[in-house]
Amino acid sequence: MAKIRIVHYINQFFAGIGGEEKADIKPEVREGAVGPGMAIQAGFGGEAEIVATVICGDSYFGENIEAAKEEVLQMIKGYSPDLFIAGPAFNAGRYGVACGTITEAVQNELNVPALTGMYIENPGADMYKKAVYVVETKNSAAGMKDAVAKMVPLAKKLLSGEEIGAPSEEGYIERGIRKNYFTEKRGSQRAVDMLVKKLKGEEFTTEYPMPDFDRVDPNPAVKDLSKAKIALVTSGGIVPKGNPDHIESSSASKYGKYDIDGVFDLTSESHETAHGGFDPVYCNEDSDRVLPVDVLRDLEKEGRIGELHRYFYSTTGNGTAVGSSKKFAEEFSKELIADGVDAVILTST
Amino acid sequence: MVKEIERAGIPVVHICTVVPISLTVGANRIVPAIAIPHPLGNPSLDKAEEKALRRKIVEKSLVALETEVTEQTVFDK
Repeated sequence: MAKIRIVHYINQFFAGIGGEEKADIKPEVREGAVGPGMAIQAGFGGEAEIVATVICGDSYFGENIEAAKEEVLQMIKGYSPDLFIAGPAFNAGRYGVACGTITEAVQNELNVPALTGMYIENPGADMYKKAVYVVETKNSAAGMKDAVAKMVPLAKKLLSGEEIGAPSEEGYIERGIRKNYFTEKRGSQRAVDMLVKKLKGEEFTTEYPMPDFDRVDPNPAVKDLSKAKIALVTSGGIVPKGNPDHIESSSASKYGKYDIDGVFDLTSESHETAHGGFDPVYCNEDSDRVLPVDVLRDLEKEGRIGELHRYFYSTTGNGTAVGSSKKFAEEFSKELIADGVDAVILTST
Repeated sequence: MVKEIERAGIPVVHICTVVPISLTVGANRIVPAIAIPHPLGNPSLDKAEEKALRRKIVEKSLVALETEVTEQTVFDK
């Protein structure tokens, strides 16, 4: 039997081309397996071959999603794959979005079985888990072996058209699909069993998880900005030069609060970024490119806004846990309210 | 963070490059930015042009704060 033809998608980092300074490279294709593709191919034990690897820079993809998707799709199509695999992207946000976007396009536009893998908190997982199979991985590349061990069996099932089991059995992230099946016990009995377990304080698994819609309604608009106090917040990691609080370049455990009283312009001498998830050159030259203090000072002088709040808050939104950033913002929002701040401009890289 | 600030009762505008991520996170007022390493700048422009570009984005974000919205809104005009 001929070997299964796989096309694999990875970013510039996993291709060994470079880190953030190369994140703007355009899509390119290489014959054969590259980087993590070796482990994936090995996982198939000779049944499959990665015929080509498509590589694209994460920033290029993130900044040109529609165009990049088309380019990558054409490259994939050229190799007529039997199966398409993207990533795994672990907790890399832009990479996750790229993997999800392409996996969906291959599945729906080329009608080729496709799957990807990522950490549950990757924004790409939330965006694409309903559309495609996203295998749940650990949050860093240290989980590659584990990811391959889950992705290969699922890929084989997709190829053979075999029935795909529940998310917990197959290792993919819940897609919100309900399926009818026959069970040994009838519903009333299962419900009572569950209730008894609940009453005893034991663990039980619901058969119908409630969807988690964590949405916050928009606040009313600011009536008169010329009297308003505006605060700046950023996930771009802007800190005073030298990073006095040692905010981590990724997976931040803290945020900083910095005084900009009398500061009219951020310069390469005064400020820099602690963020490890983008090329810091442009931001370190001029941090106004991430945190627009200079422009807001002008607008303050002209009376367009009442005043710029004396402090800005900053952390690095690079692989930082959702729980941590939630906690940071809960804390400093209380301070912002106590300080009479009327509105916030939050910038992200 | 954007959602927790909103939850605390403070109107907030999110200036960001990858709009789909902001939509997934749940920001309500969104202004698209230029590029990931320089959301509010463009190093290929001269200083004055670059500041004018930055000012345009910031002004857009102020308009977003002045605008009543009932659902997630991207201010891209």
